[in-house]
Amino acid sequence: MKDDQLTELIERYLDGDMSQQERDQFEQLCKSDASVNHKLKEHRHFTGLLKQYNERLELENRLNAIHQEIDVHTLKEDLMVHPSWVVRLWRNHHSKISVAASIAIFAILTTMYFTGDLSNEDPRFVELKREVGNLKRSTENLNHATSTIIQDIKKDKKLTNPGNYRGSGFALSANGYIVTNFHVVNGADSVYVQNDNGESFHAKVIYTEPQYDVAILQINDPSFKHLDAIPYTFKKSKSDLGEDLYTLGYPGDDIFCGTGALTSASGFRGDTTEYQVSIPVNPGNSGGPLIDGKGNIVGVINGKQTQTSAAAFAVKSNYLLKAIQNIPADSLSKSLNLNTKNSLAGLSRPQQIKKLRNYMFMVKVYNQ
Amino acid sequence: MNTEIPADSEVILGILNNSESILKKLYLAYFPMILQLIINNNGDEEDAKDIYQEAIIVLYNKVKRGDFELSSKLKTFIYSVCRRLWLKRLAQVNRFGGDIKDFEEFLPVEDDVENHEERDMQLNKMEDALKLLGEPCKTIMEDFYMHNRSMQEICERFGYTNADNAKTQKYKCLQRLKKLFFQQK
Repeated sequence: MKDDQLTELIERYLDGDMSQQERDQFEQLCKSDASVNHKLKEHRHFTGLLKQYNERLELENRLNAIHQEIDVHTLKEDLMVHPSWVVRLWRNHHSKISVAASIAIFAILTTMYFTGDLSNEDPRFVELKREVGNLKRSTENLNHATSTIIQDIKKDKKLTNPGNYRGSGFALSANGYIVTNFHVVNGADSVYVQNDNGESFHAKVIYTEPQYDVAILQINDPSFKHLDAIPYTFKKSKSDLGEDLYTLGYPGDDIFCGTGALTSASGFRGDTTEYQVSIPVNPGNSGGPLIDGKGNIVGVINGKQTQTSAAAFAVKSNYLLKAIQNIPADSLSKSLNLNTKNSLAGLSRPQQIKKLRNYMFMVKVYNQ
Repeated sequence: MNTEIPADSEVILGILNNSESILKKLYLAYFPMILQLIINNNGDEEDAKDIYQEAIIVLYNKVKRGDFELSSKLKTFIYSVCRRLWLKRLAQVNRFGGDIKDFEEFLPVEDDVENHEERDMQLNKMEDALKLLGEPCKTIMEDFYMHNRSMQEICERFGYTNADNAKTQKYKCLQRLKKLFFQQK
């Protein structure tokens, strides 16, 4: 039997195209001939594959047809898990970003290399060194300033302060008693006196006589050295009208000499404790001495009349002496002995003043 | 678009009865799930279509063979098959990063996928063999064995006057097809 005839038989058998007799015959043949049986199986498998292939094609076509109806694009947008913009940026541009980063790192390293930042020297050390240098310099400056101040203190150079009020005063004795007006030191917290050389000394108000407008101060500053012997004396008797008089004082920063004459034996509104003099005075003159031609103290300048020109008033010297006598003995830590020997009598006025100015003081008053 | 999800039993019956509407419902119901899986795991919509259709075919054949037990949800079965297929595909093209982003729970479906692929390979071989066969053999084979046309129709179509000639021709073609099929590796 030829192969093609056998194949036809097999096909007819598989299709159920045989009569019962033929089927029995064919099955008999299969049993007796293994090769026929093999052929039958092989043919069945092969044609089965062809049928399956056909089924798959059909199914694929059907599925494709269904797929056509889906709007895949819209669906995709909805279902996409959208990563954050950073991730998307990285995904889309990671090569460019990498290149940029490499260049940046290279540039930084190069810069660091050339600026020496890559060396082991820690720039912070340099900064610290500089900081320490600054500190050292500022400390030196401070030391210098401090030593200057200490030196000044040792040299007894007092820092001067103009004070809240100023008046004038003059020495009563060589050991530091000074007289000034009560109204100058009234209400003072602290009083300094400054001599003609500009040296200041602390002083204490030891006694006041408000009715005569007199105040007695004592210099209690350790840097104060005794004055030379007082050249002037205090006149106990009354002075005569028309006598030539002058005063010394500190209305400004420098000593001032005012000259004039005794014009009345009674003062403001007939006050008999005062003289009226025709000496031009200014507020700082208060407490200054009124001196006659022989170098005697005849009074203490204490004010002026505003309405009348060149009319000033001075406390008479005998009231000053009274006040000195009234000082309680326990207020005096040192003896207060007034000079009785006048060494100015024969001298001209400029020469008198030259000697006198050493005993003139500016009274500086401090209060709150 | 109809996104109505058919009941699982309805789908099984529909496949067995070759119901076109049920197949459509099935297809539309689960495609979005698979599209989501594929596009979020380094794939595109064409990959999703291929994978999904393959999974539908796996299900279809399994049901047709009668060995589909409704022990799990259809949805889970389809998802699992697609996931398995996509993992294999990713491994083939070296695009697999070792981690797949999942959206559903899944089952081990290795056996189903293995069977399917074996069968698929055979069918691909058949496809290639048919392509190599050339005309008129290819059409005769398709008409007779795939489309179940009778020898009479084939004679008329190709103008064979003698049915015996046609039979001889068909036999020769079948022999050549078998040869081509088995020659492939």
